[in-house]
Amino acid sequence: MALLELRDIHKTYHLGGETIRALDGVSLDIDSGEFISIIGPSGSGKSTLMHILGCLDSPTSGTLRLDDTMIHDASSRQLASIRNKKIGFVFQFFNLLPKLTVRQNVELPMIYSGHSGKERRERAMTALRRVNMEDRSKHRPSQLSGGQQQRTAIARALVNDPRIIFADEPTGNLDSHTGELILEMFDQLHNEGRTVMLVTHDPEIAAVTPRRIEIRDGKIANEADPTLAGKAPRFEQITNSEAKPTT
Amino acid sequence: MNFGTVIQSGIKEIGAHWFRSLLTMFGVICGVASLVTMAAFVKGKENLLRESLAETGGLEKITVESEDDLPDYQKHLEGEAKGVTLKDVYALQAGAPMVHDITPSINKSRYRGYLRVSRKGRGARPWMLQGTWPSALEIQEHEIEHGRMFTMMDDLLANNVCVIGTEIRNSLFDEMDEQGETIIPIGERILINYVPFTIVGMFKEYMSDEDRKKKEAAKAAGETRSRRNMFSRGGDSNTRRTQYIYYQKNNAIMVPLNTLVAKLDSSYETGSVLDRKLSEITMKIEDVSLLSPSLQQVRNVLMRTHKGLEDFEFETQEEFADDITLAIHNERVSGMFIAGICLLIGGIGIINIMLSSISERVREIGICKSVGATTMDVFTQILIESVVLAVAGGLAGLAISPILVNTLASLADDTTPPIMTTQAMLIAFGFSALIGSLAGLFPAIKAAKLDPIQALRYD
Repeated sequence: MALLELRDIHKTYHLGGETIRALDGVSLDIDSGEFISIIGPSGSGKSTLMHILGCLDSPTSGTLRLDDTMIHDASSRQLASIRNKKIGFVFQFFNLLPKLTVRQNVELPMIYSGHSGKERRERAMTALRRVNMEDRSKHRPSQLSGGQQQRTAIARALVNDPRIIFADEPTGNLDSHTGELILEMFDQLHNEGRTVMLVTHDPEIAAVTPRRIEIRDGKIANEADPTLAGKAPRFEQITNSEAKPTT
Repeated sequence: MNFGTVIQSGIKEIGAHWFRSLLTMFGVICGVASLVTMAAFVKGKENLLRESLAETGGLEKITVESEDDLPDYQKHLEGEAKGVTLKDVYALQAGAPMVHDITPSINKSRYRGYLRVSRKGRGARPWMLQGTWPSALEIQEHEIEHGRMFTMMDDLLANNVCVIGTEIRNSLFDEMDEQGETIIPIGERILINYVPFTIVGMFKEYMSDEDRKKKEAAKAAGETRSRRNMFSRGGDSNTRRTQYIYYQKNNAIMVPLNTLVAKLDSSYETGSVLDRKLSEITMKIEDVSLLSPSLQQVRNVLMRTHKGLEDFEFETQEEFADDITLAIHNERVSGMFIAGICLLIGGIGIINIMLSSISERVREIGICKSVGATTMDVFTQILIESVVLAVAGGLAGLAISPILVNTLASLADDTTPPIMTTQAMLIAFGFSALIGSLAGLFPAIKAAKLDPIQALRYD
């Protein structure tokens, strides 16, 4: 059984009397342990798709299942709990709380899952060690470089041991070298058996994942043949190209 | 979500903007401090009034006074109106079994008529010279500490004897002699309007419980210092002036009624002493619940002896008690109103700052929601922040209120001494917590309702 199962997902917005179909009948299966990218130009609906997959938003119609939970009709409390325990987010702008230290930022999801202070500290340090940030645990986000902030954000996404990690343009705000290191880190997480989904507009970044899904006008335009996965460009090739910041 | 963690993060959030938080708390601080201060002053006043109610005979006392103004339909009989007399006293003794200790008195004050009390070149300024019967002792809640009360025999013989209050002793003699012994002037001669009188008794010193404690403490502190204190007491008349009733009782002189009429009354009234107009007749009833039937009985007897002329009026302590209750109630309500406005403004300040705080933190709230904060978590967090803010203000208000009370009490030292009560402090503190939670409600709902996607996009 697939980890994530989407069937005929629609999402419509009403903006000033105009109806916008952000998603128009998307069906998709994602298996556990996949490394997958969603690619598409801005306005294509890829962000909406990620928000729905990440339980930040709910579809207008269609069904969505994560593990054995039907998400499309879950209450907001259930959605919060799923976000907390089963999903990890990594954002383009890192989204760390400026007033908290690195360790406290990583502890944040565990505050809402009700772990004790001691357990929070231990697990946060473990997650920071995983991203090589344990020596920066007492720094504030403003004292860190972009790459360090993004690694902190990854540690935060990892700390509750989620079923799937979503990364929305994770390299968009980083220079190419740092971006490459971050992508490498996602690749490592994938190799450890985690499910990772990248959302990007940049085909070169999408190229690092074995499976790529292209979204255009709210529909899946083209899914790259999984059998071609092996033919994806290798890392060495990507590092030579420039990862452009997105808007 | 762990409750302790929420409070901790609330405190941290307030600490991060401590100056802004302090300004916000100011309203609550003022509200709580003024509530506690107001309650302390009202309580002090209430205690004093209740003490003085008891000191003047309690609720069981009835006073009948002469009334010169007759009702309109009796105006033409004004010449016949003699006021209350000893005849009434005897009639009441015979015909009004519901009242006892019926006591006539003629009062002379230094404000009306001539009154001079002196001894060996030293004078005293008595509050009142009262010609009365021995039962006055009980009815006015007087207590003889030294010597004795004059007797009905003294009255019958119109003996020149008197009983004095301690302040009269202080003026005519001293409170203490050189050895520090209290002077007991029993058997000494004094002049009242140049007529010699012998002191047969002296009342105890009347003072509020508070003053008594202070005096005892001073006595315990050391003989020499206490003596200086005693003497310096003569100068600080302010506290005494406020404690009017004690002042009155300590400055009283009592002589037998007949002595006053025969030896001191300079009005050349003729006729029997029975027809002499009295200042008042005081008496006691058995029980407060019997007040109105007792009054009716007294009235019936008096209407007979006065041939239907209403040249007398009743004064009961119940009115005094009602006045006390009303005055205290009014003061409390107006004080509460002011403190309430302060707290309201404090609450609005909190709403204001919480609203601006959440609009600064929209993105932060979005992040919290994306990592799993529920609507309830966000709501609780903002609400707790607001409560912590208000409670901190409340505690600060409680902390400064003793200072405020003492400062105000020393600035205006002719007011009654304030009494701070735990009850008032608890109420004020409770109010601050309530204001905090009410003020936090709207911002907390607003924050909890934020859409995580919109909030994450916000800059």
